[in-house]
Amino acid sequence: MNHTIHFKVNGERYDLSVPGHHTLLQVLREQLVLTGTKNGCEAGECGACAVLMNGEPVNSCMVLAAEADGAEIVTIEGLAHDSQLDPLQDAFIEAGAIQCGFCTPGVLVNARALLNRNSDPSEPEIREALVGNLCRCTGYIRIIEAVKMAARAGKEVAG
Amino acid sequence: MSQESGVRSQESEIRNPKSEIRNPKSEIRNPKSAKHSIIGASPHRIEGRAKVTGAATYVDDLQFGPNLLCGALKRSPIPHGIIKSIDVSRARALPGVRVVVTGQDFPGFTGLYLKDRRIFALDRVRFVGEPVAAVAADSPEIAAQALELIDVDYEPLPGVFDPEFGASPEAPLVHPDLGQYECVPFIFPQPGTNISNWFKVRKGDMAQGWAEADLVYEHRYRVPHVQHVPLETHVCVAQQDVNGKITLWSSSQSPFAQRNLIAQALHINHSKLRVITPYVGGGFGSKAGVSMEGAAVGLAMHAKGRPVKLRMTREEEFYTTFVRQGLVAHVKMGMTQDGRITAMENRFYWDGGASTEYGVNITRAAGYSGTGPYFVPNIHVDSYCVYTNHPIGGPMRGFGMAEMHFGIEQHIDQMAHQLGLDPVQVRLKNCLKEGDETLTGMIMHPTGLSECIRKAAEAICWDEPQTLPSGPHKTRGKGLACMWKAPAMPPNPGSSATIRLSEDGAATVSIGGVDLGQGALTVMAQLAAEGLGIKIEDVRVNTVDTDYSPYEWQTVASRLTWSMGNAVLMAADDARTKILRTVADAWGEDIDDLDIIEGQVVSYKTEEAIPLRDMVIYGLQRPDGTWTGGPVVGEGRFMPEYVTPLDPETGQGPRAVVHFTTGAQAVEVEVDTETGELQVLKIASAFDVGHAINPEMVKAQMEGGAVQGMSTALLEQLILDQGIPRNPNFTDYRIATAVDAPLATENIIVEVPQDDGPFGARGVGEHPMVPTAPAIANAVYHAVGMRLDSMPITSQKVWEGLAKHTS
Repeated sequence: MNHTIHFKVNGERYDLSVPGHHTLLQVLREQLVLTGTKNGCEAGECGACAVLMNGEPVNSCMVLAAEADGAEIVTIEGLAHDSQLDPLQDAFIEAGAIQCGFCTPGVLVNARALLNRNSDPSEPEIREALVGNLCRCTGYIRIIEAVKMAARAGKEVAG
Repeated sequence: MSQESGVRSQESEIRNPKSEIRNPKSEIRNPKSAKHSIIGASPHRIEGRAKVTGAATYVDDLQFGPNLLCGALKRSPIPHGIIKSIDVSRARALPGVRVVVTGQDFPGFTGLYLKDRRIFALDRVRFVGEPVAAVAADSPEIAAQALELIDVDYEPLPGVFDPEFGASPEAPLVHPDLGQYECVPFIFPQPGTNISNWFKVRKGDMAQGWAEADLVYEHRYRVPHVQHVPLETHVCVAQQDVNGKITLWSSSQSPFAQRNLIAQALHINHSKLRVITPYVGGGFGSKAGVSMEGAAVGLAMHAKGRPVKLRMTREEEFYTTFVRQGLVAHVKMGMTQDGRITAMENRFYWDGGASTEYGVNITRAAGYSGTGPYFVPNIHVDSYCVYTNHPIGGPMRGFGMAEMHFGIEQHIDQMAHQLGLDPVQVRLKNCLKEGDETLTGMIMHPTGLSECIRKAAEAICWDEPQTLPSGPHKTRGKGLACMWKAPAMPPNPGSSATIRLSEDGAATVSIGGVDLGQGALTVMAQLAAEGLGIKIEDVRVNTVDTDYSPYEWQTVASRLTWSMGNAVLMAADDARTKILRTVADAWGEDIDDLDIIEGQVVSYKTEEAIPLRDMVIYGLQRPDGTWTGGPVVGEGRFMPEYVTPLDPETGQGPRAVVHFTTGAQAVEVEVDTETGELQVLKIASAFDVGHAINPEMVKAQMEGGAVQGMSTALLEQLILDQGIPRNPNFTDYRIATAVDAPLATENIIVEVPQDDGPFGARGVGEHPMVPTAPAIANAVYHAVGMRLDSMPITSQKVWEGLAKHTS
């Protein structure tokens, strides 16, 4: 059975008819072709599909599309504004926190949620916030460093 | 020293004159000859912006429209059995099912080194998860339903679930036809057994070696199956066009090897198969060669032009593509009181799984590296590749070295402790130096191994007293391990590259190697920029399309920087020469007076200059009004020409491999003696990379590899219960997270140039995960005085060991 949902994705309004069993991940990737959000396990265990739903990070493979009715969604494609990268995106490039890049969108989304609620996280807080994002390439150290760099950059802008 | 005991270098004992003439034909690029400093700088990853914005396109992101069919594989639920019948009629009748194929449709064999594998099982299944049939349907739901409707009748057979048992005469045969399989000349199957390769080293006089020793120690070590866990699972899309040509979009480390192996297996011409590889979401070896891609091509051949996608679920990824082989290693070593190794006798039983088409070469690599990076005068090594009814063992980062060094590096540590010697000093005494003879009789090239050991030890303050633990019931320890690894490959794997210039003076580099995260695109851009004399911002590097990209054997063996890098540098030289000849001709100058600097051809004689954009397509006008030059295309190729065969009975030969990358890691751990919990405080890595083209990326490889090594050391094991995988998901098979990562890392670059590497470079992608597990095991021993001879070193094992210790 199909449901009609109305939601905002990266600031744009959409009215979609979605199969009842389809996840938010499927709808983002297949109907909206926002393929930056990745499918790594379809079981809520790897974090590659993380998006912001009403400001909170969720694994979009664990959310039915119908549940997103009325929600505001931000995907990796919505992190940069115009061509201005988010300070986290700049920091990930600068710190070499990317290798294959497959986990990167989910990590960035989760890191953005962390900095939104805590602009100056400690290293243990960063590690804790990213515990749901598996990365097999980087060993996490440079990711943690990049989040610290972005937090510092954010403070400079704010200060 | 007796004649048979091998040659020791001047630093140790005798200098070998042969070492001077090792590779006379190599073209040496002096590291100091880098002109414009992009070599050794660390420009950011050229695809970084695409990867942080979600714009980077991976196979599953490609759009094929509503015509796309969903492929799915019917798999064997039993580890070993005869297929009595397969009935696909009910599946075919299901509306929305477009194709159903079985082994009957594709009976040909495939395999990289040994052709022992089919795309679908034909008469017999050999592991849980082996594909027996495939469907392509309009939706994933219909495909899943169709799989349920395929009826397969099996007659179960007794299985082989342990490599030592598998190698014994009592074991049932997994491949009764082993003797008929095609294989490369450097692999030695033993027909009538489960041993698909037996690599032997026989060197020196074992009796003398044991007699000279003051301590002889023997022990057995076990390494379980682990999985690579790329975040992107295997995925491909295949489509056949009206001319019968097939295109395969594949998340692969080996687009050209896939073209070759699939074309052979399906009896089609190579020119009728095109493989396209966009960005790849990690591989670590699992995406080398071919695993599930042949099935997608098979489906596409019957899909009447519709594209067919086959994407592995996370569960399928855990045990149906490749896993790392398990290992049981018997290590026996003799040592004198002052720490000199006199003899080594090692037996490796590799759990190769149901097919060893790729795995046979892992066991060969373990054979010719089977002493670890040490000079040993008397050697006896047997490396057995054994068929079992386990998932198919394939290449994984380290290619046998991580598994093999787990035992050897603990063994040498244990003997040092027993003799009251410092394990670091024992390693420094025995480690291979330039001019030493390796176990296969090759003369060791210049290597920075000793420096790596010293620097890694220094980085964790090896000689200083242990730092204080963070709380009660906690104790700290330090451990070190070293490693060597050669690119394991046929003697003649080729690389090629082209560079084309465009109207704006920018360069497009085409290569056949894949960037799966290691940074190959960026390093190739650096080499091209340096070779041409342009800025890295003006270099583009293409991902692979076998119809347009020049040939590359495979992205494996940490060989791209070295091998493909040479090809790119030669292509840049070729383009540069063409450009300079054109300018010399038009200006009436000598080519030696011209140079290219930051995108301009300059004359040192006349101080005239012309931007590349003004001449690389249309050429230049001569003073008489005629034209010279034309569109600039440079080409380059590289293939090692000096590797020799080894004697099948002794493993001896002048040049077993192209080179060895060496290194060491030192770790500090803290053990909670009440819970057995283990915290890795620091991992210090030092590797001899020859010359670091991009030092930050080299360090990123060291760091990522160390954490992957730590993850396998502490957490990972694919649990196989009578061949049935029990933990194929991230809840039950944990990999390291941000919380588990070490508190600190230090990544040290050692540079002893490689004679035939670009600017002296050699590879380092795989090596950093090799010494991690034994280094951690040695640190645990140092902390609590307990040896853990099987991976993973879980807190449960530590706790149980401590409980036994104190009771």
